[in-house]
Amino acid sequence: MSVEGAAPMIHVAIVGAGPSGFYAAEALLRSGLPVKVDMIERLPTPFGLVRSGVAPDHPKLKEAILVYDRIARTPGFNFFGNVSVGRDVSISDLRAIYHAAVFACGAETDRRLGIPGEDLPCSHTATEFVGWFNGHPDYRDRTFDLSQEAVAIVGQGNVAADVCRILAKSVDELRTTDIAEHALDALARSKVREIHIIGRRGPLQAKFTTKELRELREIAGCATLVDPAELTLNAASEVELADRNNLNGPGNLKLFRAFASQKAAFGQRTILFRFHLSPVALVGEGYVEKMILTRNLLEGPPFAQVARPTDEAIELPCGLVFRSIGYRGVPIPGLPFKESRGTVPHVAGRVLDGTATLPGLYVTGWLKRGPTGIIGTNRADSVETVASLLADLPKACGREKQGAEALRPLLEGRGVRVLNYHNWLMIDSAEIDRGKPKGKPREKFTRIYEMLAVSPDRGDDARRIL
Amino acid sequence: MSHIVTDNCHLCRFTDCVAVCPVECFHADDERTYIDPDVCIDCGACIPACPVRAIYDIIDMPDEQRRWIAINAERSHALPVVYAKQDPLPTAAARRAELGY
Repeated sequence: MSVEGAAPMIHVAIVGAGPSGFYAAEALLRSGLPVKVDMIERLPTPFGLVRSGVAPDHPKLKEAILVYDRIARTPGFNFFGNVSVGRDVSISDLRAIYHAAVFACGAETDRRLGIPGEDLPCSHTATEFVGWFNGHPDYRDRTFDLSQEAVAIVGQGNVAADVCRILAKSVDELRTTDIAEHALDALARSKVREIHIIGRRGPLQAKFTTKELRELREIAGCATLVDPAELTLNAASEVELADRNNLNGPGNLKLFRAFASQKAAFGQRTILFRFHLSPVALVGEGYVEKMILTRNLLEGPPFAQVARPTDEAIELPCGLVFRSIGYRGVPIPGLPFKESRGTVPHVAGRVLDGTATLPGLYVTGWLKRGPTGIIGTNRADSVETVASLLADLPKACGREKQGAEALRPLLEGRGVRVLNYHNWLMIDSAEIDRGKPKGKPREKFTRIYEMLAVSPDRGDDARRIL
Repeated sequence: MSHIVTDNCHLCRFTDCVAVCPVECFHADDERTYIDPDVCIDCGACIPACPVRAIYDIIDMPDEQRRWIAINAERSHALPVVYAKQDPLPTAAARRAELGY
């Protein structure tokens, strides 16, 4: 409601409670304008991939949550958890209630290899494995046949490194992290012995950051191995190696060269880095028994080399496969979607339909730029989107909007159980308490009903703005 | 553990690092930036962001830059946080060219 003579209140909805959503909220709340930000999240818990993507043995990265907590406690911010845009509230509802809506929904699915046998039992995605060991409710009931000795991971980025590390580390090392209990139980019975991490290009083109690759070397009781024959560089790769802007290539190559002279001791788990190979089929009777791959040659100029398949095929016997070739955005009903990229088309964060920008609709984070970068990359990205939003405001603010005052009764009328930030703090507190007797920073709830049960609605208290 | 801002920031102060820091660990005076080692979460986002590659992970630091570890710790605790990217110093473009970036 606006007071005579005062600047009218600006109401913005942010859909998605991950890093990009929080940085967008922060940019809005720091704008100096009178603004109320309502963050709508389909899970009861906020923080997106910082909660459910960052690996359990990387607790320091999770400290980004301290910043999001501070943002959540800023006057003008409200959290609407357990509310799904699409199911509980539509985009046209949001346009009626808010001056602007920012979509920060991330990339919830994964890129496919597009090969026969990809959907055989025991062929999985990094997305589901990571969600599973991080206790994400959507993946709680997945099962992984960890009785298999040979595992193949397709992809050589940091997510592949996370998958590898969780498979390669001893359960004792994982026991004091916030890994989900059901995952710890399954990993305790794991018979996994050899992990192949497969890339279609060469060692210099692997996407690992050197830091993550080094971590794999440090795993106790595990040998990291490379066939020295894979380390011969072509002319274009030599140019890439010499370029001082090549941040991780040289460091990675140095590590791979060291791995090439290692030998596995008896009884050690092994991580084998395989290069110049692309899977072309998964084969097996009822489940994966082997992977067929073609050998590749690299062609093209430095920093744009592509893998060209040769006629040479190899067979890799393996019983468990994870593809880790990139997350991918899910289309949002009511928003345009770029199939080829898995993103929402935009210009500087304004949603584009063909060549026209859609008024009041914005996008940020992975849904905007694709699944690239790390946590902090989203900050600059969201600052850009919010700058566009703020520039558009004079046109948008002609009409008064109600924001939360309209959203709450709408959701209540539809029987939606909204969890606010205070409810999240109750879940948070309960998880920490459950973790204490186990020496874990927290024991996550992995079912929505458990989260709802520990954060009961306290009537008027539940509406209290923090 | 932390990341450290070293020599090359001097005469530049691009602050592209600030734009990508998830935890606002950058402090600055008029000349350059410093990372607060107590706040840095070692995400590494700042390393590729710096146009003159002034930032190193503490593990990867060249010996001749190691004196910056103490300087970053000390100066960051005495200076205010930088919340948003700012304009670089007038000398930045020349310095960047001189450094070969």
